[in-house]
Amino acid sequence: MDIEQPTTTAAGIDPGPAKVLGPGHDYGTVTDKIGGVVFMPFTKTPRQLFIGFACGFVLANVFLLAITWLFIRGVGIWGIRIPIAWGFAIVNFVWWIGIGHAGTLISAILLLLKQDWRTSINRFSEAMTLFAVACAAMFPILHLGRPWLAYWLLPYPSTMWLWPQPRSPLIWDVFAVSTYATVSLLFWFTGLIPDLATMRDKARGPVARTIYGLLAMGWRGSARHWSRYQKAYLLLAGLSTPLVVSVHSVVSFDFAIAILPGWHTTIFPPYFVAGAIYSGFAMVLSLAIPVRRWYHLEDLITMRHIECMAKVMLGTGLIVAYGYGMEAFIAWYSGNQYERFMYMNRAWLGHYWWTFVLLILCNILIPQALWSHRVRMNVRAVFAISLVVNVGMWLERFVIVVTSLERDFLPSSWNRYYPSVWDWATYFGTIGVFLSLMFLFIRGLPAISIFEMREVVHHLVHPEEPSPAHGD
Amino acid sequence: MGTTINFDELRRRLTEGSGTRYWRGFEEVADTPEFRAFVEDEFPNRTPDWNSPSSRRRFLTLMGASLAFAGASACTKQPKEVIVPYVRQPEEYVPGKAMFYASAFCRAGIAKGVLVESHLGRPTKVEGNPDHPESLGATDIDMQASVLTLYDPDRSQTVTHDGGISVWGSMITALASAREEAGLKKGAGFRILSGTVTSPTLAAQIQEFLTAFPEARWHQWEPCGALAEYRGSVAAFGAPLNTLYHFDRASRIVSLDADFLYWTTPGSLRYMRDYSTSRRKAAESGTAEAPRLYVAESTPSITGGMAEHRFRMRAGEVEAFAAALARELKMDAPGGAHPVSSVAAIAKDLDSHRGAGMVIAGAFQPPRVHAIAHAMNQVLGNAGKTVTYTDRVEANPADQLASLTELVQDMRSGAVSALLILGGNPVYDAPADLGFLGAMQKVKTRFHAGLYSNETAAWCQWHVPEAHYLESWSDARAWDGTVSIIQPLIEPIYGGKTFHDVMNVLLNHGDRSSHDTVSGYWRARRGTPDFDDYWRISLHDGVIAGTAFPEKTPPAAKIPAPSPAPARGLEVVFRPDPTIGDGAFSNNSWLQELPKQQNTMTWDNAVWMSPKTAQSLQANTGDTVQLTLDGRSVKGPVWVQAGQADDSITIHFGYGRTRAGRVANRIGFNAYALRTGSAPWHSPGVAVSRVSGGYSFATRQIAQTMEERDPFRVATFGEYHKDPGFARPEEKRVEEQTTLFPILEYRGYKWGMSIDLTACTGCEACMVACQAENNIAIVGKEEVAKGRHMNWIRVDRYFSGPLDDPEIYYQPVPCMHCEYAHCELVCPVAATVHSAEGLNEMVYNRCVGTRYCSNNCPYKVRRFNFYLYSDWNTRSLYGVRNPDVTVRSRGVMEKCSYCIQRISRAKIEAEKQDRQVRDGEILTACQQACPAQAIVFGDLNDPKSELTRRAGQKRKYALLEELNTRPRTTYLARLRNPNPDLEKG
Repeated sequence: MDIEQPTTTAAGIDPGPAKVLGPGHDYGTVTDKIGGVVFMPFTKTPRQLFIGFACGFVLANVFLLAITWLFIRGVGIWGIRIPIAWGFAIVNFVWWIGIGHAGTLISAILLLLKQDWRTSINRFSEAMTLFAVACAAMFPILHLGRPWLAYWLLPYPSTMWLWPQPRSPLIWDVFAVSTYATVSLLFWFTGLIPDLATMRDKARGPVARTIYGLLAMGWRGSARHWSRYQKAYLLLAGLSTPLVVSVHSVVSFDFAIAILPGWHTTIFPPYFVAGAIYSGFAMVLSLAIPVRRWYHLEDLITMRHIECMAKVMLGTGLIVAYGYGMEAFIAWYSGNQYERFMYMNRAWLGHYWWTFVLLILCNILIPQALWSHRVRMNVRAVFAISLVVNVGMWLERFVIVVTSLERDFLPSSWNRYYPSVWDWATYFGTIGVFLSLMFLFIRGLPAISIFEMREVVHHLVHPEEPSPAHGD
Repeated sequence: MGTTINFDELRRRLTEGSGTRYWRGFEEVADTPEFRAFVEDEFPNRTPDWNSPSSRRRFLTLMGASLAFAGASACTKQPKEVIVPYVRQPEEYVPGKAMFYASAFCRAGIAKGVLVESHLGRPTKVEGNPDHPESLGATDIDMQASVLTLYDPDRSQTVTHDGGISVWGSMITALASAREEAGLKKGAGFRILSGTVTSPTLAAQIQEFLTAFPEARWHQWEPCGALAEYRGSVAAFGAPLNTLYHFDRASRIVSLDADFLYWTTPGSLRYMRDYSTSRRKAAESGTAEAPRLYVAESTPSITGGMAEHRFRMRAGEVEAFAAALARELKMDAPGGAHPVSSVAAIAKDLDSHRGAGMVIAGAFQPPRVHAIAHAMNQVLGNAGKTVTYTDRVEANPADQLASLTELVQDMRSGAVSALLILGGNPVYDAPADLGFLGAMQKVKTRFHAGLYSNETAAWCQWHVPEAHYLESWSDARAWDGTVSIIQPLIEPIYGGKTFHDVMNVLLNHGDRSSHDTVSGYWRARRGTPDFDDYWRISLHDGVIAGTAFPEKTPPAAKIPAPSPAPARGLEVVFRPDPTIGDGAFSNNSWLQELPKQQNTMTWDNAVWMSPKTAQSLQANTGDTVQLTLDGRSVKGPVWVQAGQADDSITIHFGYGRTRAGRVANRIGFNAYALRTGSAPWHSPGVAVSRVSGGYSFATRQIAQTMEERDPFRVATFGEYHKDPGFARPEEKRVEEQTTLFPILEYRGYKWGMSIDLTACTGCEACMVACQAENNIAIVGKEEVAKGRHMNWIRVDRYFSGPLDDPEIYYQPVPCMHCEYAHCELVCPVAATVHSAEGLNEMVYNRCVGTRYCSNNCPYKVRRFNFYLYSDWNTRSLYGVRNPDVTVRSRGVMEKCSYCIQRISRAKIEAEKQDRQVRDGEILTACQQACPAQAIVFGDLNDPKSELTRRAGQKRKYALLEELNTRPRTTYLARLRNPNPDLEKG
């Protein structure tokens, strides 16, 4: 029995101009719509989901193959060399971590900022965050020369009394990423609990009921539960908020602390955080737009959502553009021979100049189309731009990591970087892992927060009441 | 507790019953409570029991337990291994402490004195012998790499007969019957072919054989030997003489294509020492004048790199240039055209330094150039001062080409019935027009003795593995005649035989050992009374005192008539490879992976041509071309080489091997296939046609120039005197102690290194020495191409100036051991740390391989094991490794440690004697090998150390000083002494 279903007076509500919900929904339809995705029989599951999952799964197996070979032979199978000792692994790490930023930002910061449009995308983006962070976290381990000793980066009391070396930003990374992953997981899971209870109650088979029941941890929806739940959720949101800024700042220190021209840049922390949010929103859009279409969720993820996300992308994209500009300006203004050369090399002297041109195109020029309301309201256009931004942000990391290393101080050690087939296999492999996990999540758990959507309905029905989940 | 144990009962249980079968039931017995108690007593926390009064009893119980365990371990089968005892127990033997033995390394028959480091009876490293007149403690790349050849798994390992495995006894029988057969005809038809022989003992043996069999003949052939010098000397003086050069006395040097710093030149180590020392002294004193070097050459060489004035010309034009120089000196030397416009200025410079000048003719120039050089030296009064003459060091000086030609003709005519080849590889390296192989196949019985079962061995019925010089007793002469005794460090690993052994069979002395042969020869020379002392001292010193040849005064040199002017058009120049040489050591991977000095290429030879020539031939680097000369042709890839003379292409020997071993087989192309006896070093009239493109080389360095960063700083002496601080320009200077952090203090030792670029010639001996000392792995061509080579010290090469004729600079770069080391900052696991003495230390077993240290190293001196590069599988290579240095595994970073094992060794010695480490007590491997003495290591806290003295000079600078890394390795800028009349601009 659905114990927490409040009674509604009207058969449907009018969402009004805010349009965070399609017309004609009430508590029941919202629940059915979202829960229906999970309880949909296999025969009715959209074919695209199977195809998507199959693609992801194949790529995930490519990943398995790539890392098996990696463990057998060593990191030499990649294109890294001296002096380009970091390559795709670090590029991918930063890219995935960046993508993993949108979830927490949407869940925590937008929650605290009372952005009502966050509700239907937060669960989805939190899951994306988790999976992206999982993909990201694999790379620092895989890229080690001796990955079986990765635990030496953790501060544990070894018999030799050896501790990690705290001045190294890689150690800061370990803490930043693991903290972020833990808090993101908790936040996501906490958010899921009331919905898991709904799923438990709606589940027909005993297996599903048991699994959802276990995961719901005895949620009954009592007033006391809700009161504590909301406090906990708010606390977690507060905890996550600084992490959104800290993680990518710390990741940027991996570069900013180094002496290498092109890395040794004070603008990196804010510019990396903006870039992370930029790519994170791009990835949310790239995933949400097709899923919305396949499951006919246009009522729940409305054009308002898409437009808001496009605006955030435009805004953070401009911050990133400012970062590029400052890099160029400082390279010139510093008068430092190596800095100047680095920028020239990056932009047109080096053999990877075209990646820089593509990056400017993808990250700065093309997204300017989002200034137009017409473009923002065009789902296909927004989808295309989000893909372009994803590519662009990957290129940005490539340019930073590779072109800076290719030509540093002494010309005698200059070299060129060429990724190997295993670099590509590992990169696309993690995309496969990510997609597989995402599709499994969509199929097995409510991808949109049911209870929060019901709150939205409630809020629309009773506009005079403040929304308790919004922390007032 | 101990009182409850009945040891006798247990022993009874274990021993009674039906004998050994009960050992398998050990656990049954051990499971008794008594035994458990025994086991407990083995634990360290029970050791206080040792102090108890009943310790005798306890001792017995523990003994019982260990006996029981011994029984258990006896059940496992021990691996079967052969233990080789010492032939002679070394004296003063301390396990873990290296012993050094004097011996001599021979290249093309000429000895270079070595001290060989031996660990547990296995030689691991070759150092120069300070008492040897050429080495003076230094080594070249070939000497350093020779220890790897000793352990080469591809060395010939067994006597073979018709390709099948045979035994030495059978070969003795075959040799004896060949001798008997020849003996019927006084030896007619029996021929011996050797390389250059300087060994007095071997020569005496061969002579003894020839005396017994007067119709037998001894032929000699050395593919890159002293043919031109021999002929030049005969042409000039009517007798073969040996020329010695004294660079310490020369202030004006003209090299006529003479690469006297190059390791294949006999005496090069001494020449480099003398030449670089006088340059260095001049730079240090500020008053003495540095030697000024003029070089005329076709192919860029390291000697050309040191030249104040380098004249690019076709090799065939050097003769005309030499003649023109002679004419300027009022000598009668007709000659043709040459491209140098400033001959008068050079002549004037030489003329104003009479007795202190020197003209050297290259070993690869025709005899007339040698004759002109001899004549000029006499006219200028240099002969007897900077240039001296002695008898030739070969035991049997001969025109080797004529000697080989005679052999081939006799073989072809069927006059040869038995041929004994002592070393060498004539099937591979004989002049192509002789048709050596075809002729040799007409010989009924063919014997080959050599280190490798090479191309020649393949065509001989009998082959016997030659003992490596580190396994042999022998003797040989240095370039000045000094004799060294070669003594073995190890039993022949593959049962090799020395040439003395082979000759002893022919002399019917089959039971006489090499040792007895060599010592017997010298005993006969010396006489008996004090021979043992004499022998021992000679062995210990590595040289036999007083055996250097006395100086001779030759008659006035005659200049022969000029050879016809070379045809215009392309010429092809043949040279031994910069790292591989003539091909005898092709299978040495250290040398294969050593970058060629001029273009940092590894694992390949190429067709070198100048940019202009490449343009006119429409060829580019990586294009494969076919070279055709006199109807013979080879195919090879093009390398466009800056500094190469126009219309002159150079190809190098040593590649294109088919039976060298797994390292050298099927790499490169065989340049010998084009070489003829009539034009052994350069020949006009070569046709070049492009075949295909797309060949890729593995070079160490991609960037060619310094890109306005000036890591290599250079000035003329005049500029230096005007502005002594030129090497530290304002914009690159960092004030002392610019830091926010507390200043690090070094109270004890403060290790540092100084590299003098005025002295350094770029010979790369340091790189191989470091490789041998520090167990540095080889990665192979593909990995080098990716930039993953492992050398801890590299020699950077920069071009400066015009594309076609640039100056070439060499700069050795080891770890800088920065005081503010950026690598240390970023290592997450503290695997690279700073020592109290300022060393930047690398802890391999702590390294997890993030490679961040390498990214953050501005000098990029760190090397990473991307794969398991160290060969952990080839057992024979275990022997070559230095036991004081870890063999690195996959996934760890490594780099120069300033030879920390040597520092520790010296510190332990010093601590034992309660004193400070003395200056010069620690020599790093690179420093020890350096023939130019460009590298000095020492304590910066010692105000009297050589390092402090050198690093106190005004021309000192630190690489990338502006980054405030405070490197401990610093450089001394190069100073040049150009001729003001010639200096451009």
